[in-house]
Amino acid sequence: MDAKTLLAKLFPAGSDVAFDGLFFHGTGESASGKVAIIGSVDAAPIGVELAFRMAADVLEIVREHPARPILLLVDTQGQRLSRRDELLGINGYMAHLAKCLQLARNRGHKIIGLVYSEAVSGGFLASSLLSDHCYALPESQVRVMNLPAMSRITKIPLERLEELSQSSPVFAPGVANYLKMGAIQALWEGDLAQRLAEALDAPTESDSRRQWGEQRDGRRLARAVSERVRHAEP
Amino acid sequence: MNSYYEASARERLRLLLDPGTFHEFLPPSERVASPHLLQLDTPAAFDDGIIVGKGLLDGRAVLAAAQEGGFMGGAVGEVHGAKLVGLLERARDERPAAVLLLVESGGVRLHEANAGLIGVSEIMRAVLALRSAGVPVIVLDGGQFGCFGGMGIVARLCDAIVMSEEGRLGLSGPEVIETTCGVEEFDSRDRALVWRTVGGKHRYLLGEADALVADDAAAFRQAAIDLLDTKPDLSLEALTAEHERLGGRLERFGACRDALDIWSALGIAAPEKLPLLEADAFRAAVAGKRA
Repeated sequence: MDAKTLLAKLFPAGSDVAFDGLFFHGTGESASGKVAIIGSVDAAPIGVELAFRMAADVLEIVREHPARPILLLVDTQGQRLSRRDELLGINGYMAHLAKCLQLARNRGHKIIGLVYSEAVSGGFLASSLLSDHCYALPESQVRVMNLPAMSRITKIPLERLEELSQSSPVFAPGVANYLKMGAIQALWEGDLAQRLAEALDAPTESDSRRQWGEQRDGRRLARAVSERVRHAEP
Repeated sequence: MNSYYEASARERLRLLLDPGTFHEFLPPSERVASPHLLQLDTPAAFDDGIIVGKGLLDGRAVLAAAQEGGFMGGAVGEVHGAKLVGLLERARDERPAAVLLLVESGGVRLHEANAGLIGVSEIMRAVLALRSAGVPVIVLDGGQFGCFGGMGIVARLCDAIVMSEEGRLGLSGPEVIETTCGVEEFDSRDRALVWRTVGGKHRYLLGEADALVADDAAAFRQAAIDLLDTKPDLSLEALTAEHERLGGRLERFGACRDALDIWSALGIAAPEKLPLLEADAFRAAVAGKRA
């Protein structure tokens, strides 16, 4: 689904969104009031400029619209791979975006992420994975790396990875795997405006992804291990 | 002098903290290893490549985690990530003087890529929550594998970073960029190019590393002690100031093709000599010139 179609479905009451290259931002009218929108199109590689631009928007929302919910609609093929981005400290620009979203969170902005097309690796880390509630459309694609590349790097035969990926959600691409492991709270189907309204009204708790991963039998250890460290004697 | 670069994660913790004070949570005797590696017939480790625990630094209570580059390049898997998240959450309960992160990681462990990516995301959220609660997180980066991938983002979420010249910090490692974009984009075998692009000296000059120390565990220890009173600040004012700094960097250096161009633009005479200088001489040479 392209971004304009998506916006029309999410905000049948209207939205005011400006597109600028791979980036877009604006406001939508939901059943629960106005929602700030920040997003990207065309599987944008997230480089220093885009991360910086998104952070600028978050800061402006915090300044101008206290407690307004923020909806991240980020379509990304991952971090931009270039020597220049590394030279300028791309990880710091992504961290800055994460800090700005934390500031928003601390000031009562609910942060919702919806993966509507692609979410890959560092681009996913720097966007939708920073939300309080991360959802996805069923046809979206989520991954760290495709299996042939993974096979080359890990030296594990591709056939073995393909076979194991039938039973294990732990390494293979796929939105269903991320749902099972707790990173995606739910898939959005049917009336998207209704799904958004429900998400806006849902209580926001602390990071629950480990619990969901355990309940869905996708990540069996993360919650238990973190709890053991947290509460270990003395 | 004890080389921080050459030391193992356990040795680093021993050298960094007050003697005999480190106590490990979930030590290898508990045999908490990655089930996913075993499934792929890949050797696992009973600490999953990270040591977490508590100790004293200059007499003050700290929690500390150290990633072991010798095991899968310090990469983050499900157990590895969960141990670090658990430590960060424990810090919210215990409120130590600081949490020390002795990073050494290539980022997400591909053998359990999804679990690793989500784990890094949980570490990011836990660091931010801990800082929001007022406990500082101090990063030490001087290991053989550097700090890349999602851990590179984590490092920049923290309150302060101590690096040696040998430390490296970035997102996509040089090998990854070379493999994907070609050797003309980034020649990962050009050590000088790699070090001046992602190494400690450049990070210090950009203002990303707060301290640049010699490759000596005692120097890392002293730098960490000096940073213990750092107060986390995630206020609108602080982030607006950071935003202005990062925007200024894009304006000022966005057209630079090489670290030497940036160092030159910072007003450093003979930037090509910087890689040759020892830590003390380097700091003296760049005093007042950092971005």
